[in-house]
Amino acid sequence: MRICVSVARLAVPVLTAAILLFSAAKSSMVVKAQQAPAASMEVKIDNFSFGPAAITVPVGTTVTWINRDDIPHTVVSDDKIFKSRVLDTDEKFSYTFSKPGTYPYFCSVHPKMTGKVVVQ
Amino acid sequence: MTEKKKDEILYDHNHDGIDRRGFLKCMAWAGTGTLCLMQGGVLKSFALDGTSDPGAAAAKGELSFVQLSDSHMGFNKPANTDVAATFQAAIDKVNGSSTPPEFLLHTGDISHLSKPEEFDAVDQMLKSTGKETFFVPGEHDMLNDDGKQFMERYGKGSKGSGWYSFDKKGVHFVGLVNVMNLKAGGLGSLGHEQIEWLEDDVKHLKSSTPIVVFAHIPLWSVYPEWGWGTEDSAQALAYLKKFGSVTVLNGHIHQIMQKVEGNVTFHTAASTAFPQPEPGKAPSPGPMKVPAEQLRSYLGVTNVNSVQGQHALAVVDSKLG
Repeated sequence: MRICVSVARLAVPVLTAAILLFSAAKSSMVVKAQQAPAASMEVKIDNFSFGPAAITVPVGTTVTWINRDDIPHTVVSDDKIFKSRVLDTDEKFSYTFSKPGTYPYFCSVHPKMTGKVVVQ
Repeated sequence: MTEKKKDEILYDHNHDGIDRRGFLKCMAWAGTGTLCLMQGGVLKSFALDGTSDPGAAAAKGELSFVQLSDSHMGFNKPANTDVAATFQAAIDKVNGSSTPPEFLLHTGDISHLSKPEEFDAVDQMLKSTGKETFFVPGEHDMLNDDGKQFMERYGKGSKGSGWYSFDKKGVHFVGLVNVMNLKAGGLGSLGHEQIEWLEDDVKHLKSSTPIVVFAHIPLWSVYPEWGWGTEDSAQALAYLKKFGSVTVLNGHIHQIMQKVEGNVTFHTAASTAFPQPEPGKAPSPGPMKVPAEQLRSYLGVTNVNSVQGQHALAVVDSKLG
């Protein structure tokens, strides 16, 4: 059996597929672009407290804690899912939340300091 | 002792020394260490600032020792940019005291960041005293390694995470650790294992034995909102109820406070590094910055504090006598 297809006829579906692929790629880029501002979040440690103490972020967000106190602190998940080393003044710790859930945490040096990250 | 020293403060609680609860007095800043004299089972404390030396007559107690606390070696923020110098000043007071102590206690936060060079610096300065020094850890001494380094340096012969006891001239000393395994939202913690050990450690002692307990975080509720207390201290103190004279020495809060409750006298020591605010008098318990020219005076000049639960402890005297 001979398959005889003119170039012009072939071009139509190829072009269509290409357009579809392009638009799919474009729409996925749009989605990523919309998520970008939420992909990182900063929590300040100041005056023996986490600020904001409770945050809600999308899956995949990297949260960075920065210590602005004159005294060292730590960031330790209650369930030991993440644990920073001791952070001296101006030192930072980051953790990327890849699963939804609620992550309570505290400063293991000053356990009265508590916070929470809700990942959706 | 009938003659009061110039700066000595004597508390006599309703002439019974027993039922007065909630007594809390904030004294002055002090950074030089405290000289403790044990006389007739009663512990008296004097600041090592030269104005309050108890003198030879008063020094005829059974035992004298010095408490140092919260040297925070390595701290270099505006509240005190030279904690080595202020610690050295405290050491100089020890060396120059006319009542030489038999040994020293350091009630924790030896270092600021648990760095080897910070511990080394303190150890080096303490060497000049030639005195045996007993340590308990503060939370700043257990950072990053759950206290491994502290145990290697100071924990030889101790139990668990560093608790132990020893006897000096008939006085039983107990060093406790309440800075390990702290829970979110909680206070200092001793833990079941340590409390069980304490029960066993003291149960064979006569009730007339004077007891001195020392730990970093206060073993009484100074200000739980800032974490200034120990959640299971009541359980530990319950095992000391039979004793007529119990003295509890703590650090952590960088200011002198004293309280008498029944048979127990509580003292907290000042830091040799920097002062912290009075409970609730600031948004947080962070280092209190005072004008640079005043820092030494804040750390170096102090009231002299002597606490005697007159009657409750007088009972001990008679028991001992």
